[in-house]
Amino acid sequence: MLNYLINGISLGSVYAIIALGYTMVYGIAKMLNFAHGDVIMVGGYVAFCTTSYLGWPVIPAVLLSIFVCMVLGIVIERLAYKPLRAATSLAVLITAIGVSYFLQNVALLIWTSNPKVFPNMVTLPSLVIGDLQISSVALVTIIACIIIMIVLTLFTNKTKMGKAMRAVSEDKDAAQLMGINVNATISLTFAIGSGLAAIAGVLLCSAYPTLMPTTGSMPGIKAFTAAVFGGIGSIPGAMLGGILLGIIEIFGKAYISTQLSDAIVFSVLIIILLVKPTGLLGKKVNEKV
Amino acid sequence: MKKISKSARSSFINYGIVLIFFLFFQIMLSTGKLSNSLSGQLIPICTYVIMALALNLVVGISGELSLGHAGFMSVGAFSGVVVATALKDVITVSPIRLILAIVIGAVLAAVAGTIIGIPVLRLQGDYLAIVTLAFGEIIKNVLNCLYIGADSKGLHFSMKDGNSLNMETGGTVIINGPQGALGIQKISTFAAAIILVLIVLFIIQNLVNSRAGRAIKAIRDNRIAAESCGLNIMKYKMMAFVLSAAIAGAAGALYALNYSTVVPKKFDFNTSILVLVFVVLGGIGNLRGSMIAAAILTVLPELLRQFQDYRMLVYAIVLILVMIITNNSKAKDLLGRVGAKIFKKSAVQKG
Repeated sequence: MLNYLINGISLGSVYAIIALGYTMVYGIAKMLNFAHGDVIMVGGYVAFCTTSYLGWPVIPAVLLSIFVCMVLGIVIERLAYKPLRAATSLAVLITAIGVSYFLQNVALLIWTSNPKVFPNMVTLPSLVIGDLQISSVALVTIIACIIIMIVLTLFTNKTKMGKAMRAVSEDKDAAQLMGINVNATISLTFAIGSGLAAIAGVLLCSAYPTLMPTTGSMPGIKAFTAAVFGGIGSIPGAMLGGILLGIIEIFGKAYISTQLSDAIVFSVLIIILLVKPTGLLGKKVNEKV
Repeated sequence: MKKISKSARSSFINYGIVLIFFLFFQIMLSTGKLSNSLSGQLIPICTYVIMALALNLVVGISGELSLGHAGFMSVGAFSGVVVATALKDVITVSPIRLILAIVIGAVLAAVAGTIIGIPVLRLQGDYLAIVTLAFGEIIKNVLNCLYIGADSKGLHFSMKDGNSLNMETGGTVIINGPQGALGIQKISTFAAAIILVLIVLFIIQNLVNSRAGRAIKAIRDNRIAAESCGLNIMKYKMMAFVLSAAIAGAAGALYALNYSTVVPKKFDFNTSILVLVFVVLGGIGNLRGSMIAAAILTVLPELLRQFQDYRMLVYAIVLILVMIITNNSKAKDLLGRVGAKIFKKSAVQKG
């Protein structure tokens, strides 16, 4: 029981880290970035290549993977999303899907569709407390998630960049009038979100060690659900949503049905949204006529 | 003679396009000029045209983003297969069986649409989109562990495995969990597919130009204003959504009965997105555009076959470029200027 809970929190932490990327991008650019899940996959592949082929130690490999994904995030934003800033949200959504297809197919060309066995990045012994055994991957994931949460909260609340970010997400035009560089702020948000995706990619592949060009899509969709679950645009919401989603998924798998676990996760989402249409911690926006 | 209205003329042009398409390919088929891979694509093209029309009703006319339409297609496909296979010995005339399968597929998809629509349509915007996505995934997931078999006593259902269906010997398993439906008799025909396209076109065009259609569009343009005019928001939104689900179900049945096997995985999120791409590229709310886009984009990967590995990559790049060119004012200007220059040049040369 407690083991399931820990597994759930660990899986949920990965979802939470991905969901943070979704929610930050949504908050600032008001777009559903469907390519986010594929950035996870790219992060995983970069870490895989540097450690398996080049024999790099873990920490530089992870740092490089974060860096590559941050650059990728900025490039995607500049090339694909920036020209569409004034366009309808549906046009941006389709473009994001185009980017997602693009990344998947580039990965398919480079790394082929054969699944790669991801080496375990966390080679610490697992923690044993009485009967309870916590794998080191789970522990590292949970700790990483907590650190990211704290740093990100401090960043958005205390630093100038963070304040600029919040200002842009409130009102782009007004922020620009106040002398905030909107383009740089949006790029920064994409960079942070994609960097988080790289971390999530490494953690996810350490826990579930098969890597394919489509690895990112299902966790991407689930993390997206988690972001909506917690109220999209809200950073604590994404955290809470991700962890709850992970716990529900693991418990659903353990006690109800392995095959139906996804259906259970999505049903819970629907029920929550019916009771609270803007998610757990989402803000309600009043409409004006 | 009464003057024909603009909308009626546009409708007739659409019927005409479908008929010309049919005649062209029918002649090509009978003279044997069509390659095998292309003639195999005819029914899928019609299916995706119908799907695009159905989704356009929700996204374009009713203004709600649905990311789970493949789910309705799936419901229609599997119920259609069950009907067609279970009645194999009762009704031997295959066109009648096909009609029955399509009708029942549409009805069950409409039921699913009603169940999903009641909660979903209370939400708005991106939340609505994510819930339709969730429902699509739920349908896929449930169908993935659904087993249905038929014997002389009737239909047997199970959610566990094929053995727990408790059938008598000689019974056939129609739907086998993740393996999907096996050994389907292919009874869909190109002519039937075209007739279905025409019927769907007739229904949607008449709805759009009716009082109800105008109400649906008014709600799309301004929900609060429409409500204050006394329109029943839920009623009209449900009308569009359930009708769209039913049409998607019919398309699903047609699609499934064209293949010998169909797996639940076929109707996943990617299929929903594929259809959404048809609708957006064809022009949101533009029926003719989405029909043409669906037809071209279904054939395009086949035509790009020589590029093999690169075809999906090309597809992705084309998709991004088209979205940027059609939605960015600067790119539009540039294109307009280039177009004007070319036009001027040719005019000068002519003069």
